[in-house]
Amino acid sequence: MADLVSHPDEVKIVSKRFGQGATDIDRYLELDGYKAVQKALGIGPDALINEVKNSGLRGRGGAGFNTGMKWSFVPKQSPRPKYVLCNGDESEPGTCKDRLIFEHDPHSVIEGVVIAGLSVESHVGYIYIRGEYRYLSNIMQKAIKDAYARGFLGKNIFGSGYDFDVYWHGGAGAYEVGEESALMESLEGKRGIPRIRPPFPAVVGLWGGPTIINNAETLASVPHIILGGAEWYASLGPPRNGGTRLFCLSGHVARPGVYELPMGYNLKKMIYEVAGGIADGRRLKAVVPGGASTPCLTAEEVDVPMDFDSLMKAGSMLGSGGVVVLDDSTCMVKFALRTMQFYQHESCGWCIPCREGTDWLKKTLARFHAGEGVKKDIDNIQYLAENMLGRTFCPLGDAAAMPTIAFIKKFRKEFEDHLEGRPCPFEKEGVVKQLPVFA
Amino acid sequence: MKLSDQFEQRFHAMINHYPTKRSVLVPSLLYAQDELGYLTDELIAEMAQRLDLTDLEIRNVISYYSMLTTQPRGKFNVQVCTNIACMLRGGEEILDHCKRKLGIGHKGTTRDGLFSLEEVECIGACSWAPAAQVNYDFHENLTPERMNEVLQDYRRKVHQQENC
Ligand SMILES: Cc1cc2nc3c(=O)[nH]c(=O)nc-3n(C[C@H](O)[C@H](O)[C@H](O)COP(=O)(O)O)c2cc1C
Ligand code: SF4
Ligand code: FES
Repeated sequence: MADLVSHPDEVKIVSKRFGQGATDIDRYLELDGYKAVQKALGIGPDALINEVKNSGLRGRGGAGFNTGMKWSFVPKQSPRPKYVLCNGDESEPGTCKDRLIFEHDPHSVIEGVVIAGLSVESHVGYIYIRGEYRYLSNIMQKAIKDAYARGFLGKNIFGSGYDFDVYWHGGAGAYEVGEESALMESLEGKRGIPRIRPPFPAVVGLWGGPTIINNAETLASVPHIILGGAEWYASLGPPRNGGTRLFCLSGHVARPGVYELPMGYNLKKMIYEVAGGIADGRRLKAVVPGGASTPCLTAEEVDVPMDFDSLMKAGSMLGSGGVVVLDDSTCMVKFALRTMQFYQHESCGWCIPCREGTDWLKKTLARFHAGEGVKKDIDNIQYLAENMLGRTFCPLGDAAAMPTIAFIKKFRKEFEDHLEGRPCPFEKEGVVKQLPVFA
Repeated sequence: MKLSDQFEQRFHAMINHYPTKRSVLVPSLLYAQDELGYLTDELIAEMAQRLDLTDLEIRNVISYYSMLTTQPRGKFNVQVCTNIACMLRGGEEILDHCKRKLGIGHKGTTRDGLFSLEEVECIGACSWAPAAQVNYDFHENLTPERMNEVLQDYRRKVHQQENC
């Protein structure tokens, strides 16, 4: 449904079957489908984990943890069943890539789930898809059914003697459910309130059993690693940042779209060459490099390789691959407000710093943008956000605080320009329109 | 309570996918809501009975998920994203436009029961912003004119059905 784009610098691995009709299982088989699982069946758990570890594949969901390392934390012996859980809740603002994988290449996710299962000797996997993606859960349900019909799933897969079941699961609207422990609660039929960690899901997860949780893109990358080899995959990106990733370019660029580029691809090039530069002859002002929760970079800071370590060094995060580009017509106060409005709406309310902090920040920013701000509000916003950091049960509190701190630090002057009843310098009509507030 | 055959089929298939019954709750509620329009008291009681939960436990889950509702909505629920990527490309204008066109606000329903309107968070269409969903259908790269056509198409659909 969503339009596909293309650029010569792309290295298509996860996206190589996009637009190729690979939802059809026969077509998928023609395109090397289900070869990786069969190869994996002959490799054995420890070697599989090592292969994925050495490939330098890091989680595409946001935190960027080494995938093979995560799998190695699952205990060998477990009295309870072990599970694989694919995170397809995709709700981080700016991120729209898992959608394309489900739409064009659902079998690659299934294959990734099975390989993850083999590597920890689990026999059940779930693919969780956000409720809004109904058409994708239909595609996935059909793909699963077709795989069962061929004997690729179920009892004795590929005649190997190994049993593996894959089921889909659907959400019903909640960003917080994308957080790994809330995801498990949701799958168990409850509200998406996170769990206290430790114990981590790899040890105590779904129904108390050890559980691997990975993003859909992470899992869809795994079959390619098994077929192409860890060395090849690792060589595509800088050290410790193997492979490619789907970057979702959005905002004020001339050619927005989802592009698959090698890890470490230069952000400036990504904006000006791949995405066609800033639209309408305007100038770059800032970039949110990895989804709404990552601290923004200013126009002067965009000459940076897009990999986990480089962005960390630049004071931000690679996050979920959502690259939101802002031109010089954007009011940063308004942008900060809309970001906070989102986190306030999505906070599950368990931790006071997150529940109260997001609410106060939203109210203060709304007042500020409406021209009612006073000078000490600027420091107050920063102080409040800084005091949320690391004081919550799940990272949503940090996700709300980190971008806010960056907005204040990097665009303080713009906050000052809103002071003393001055109208927002960016509103066209000269009157500030209050953002509608969610009920 | 009598539910559609399709619902029963899905429900009974799903219940075997998990070690605990209540895991089917969220997807089942959404399927039921698609058929009934909203989650009725009767449906909640039915699910409670099937899953050995109390009504309150079910309501507690419903109130958490933004797509689930115990209030009737229009036949077509227009959900306009105004989150950051959409905001940068005119998502708020699309929302305002819908408000004016339909004469309703956030979470309102038109008097003829045809449309509801909702401002929503990111729907995973950021690279094709601004975007909206009408029920489950995505509409992307919207302009006010394009939005008019979208609404008009749904109106036409209903008229065609009525005339058949
Ligand atoms: C508030 C919040 C929302 C999240 N949403 C998602 C999501 O929608 N999809 C996702 O894959 N990971 C999401 N994550 C990250 C997951 O908690 C988890 O780290 C990830 O699924 C692990 O997979 P990976 O190692 O393959 O990235 C979210 C985290 C937080 C704190
Ligand atoms: S940080 Fe926020 S979302 Fe996370 S558990 Fe605490 S209140 Fe809930
Ligand atoms: S921000 Fe609107 S779809 Fe993502």
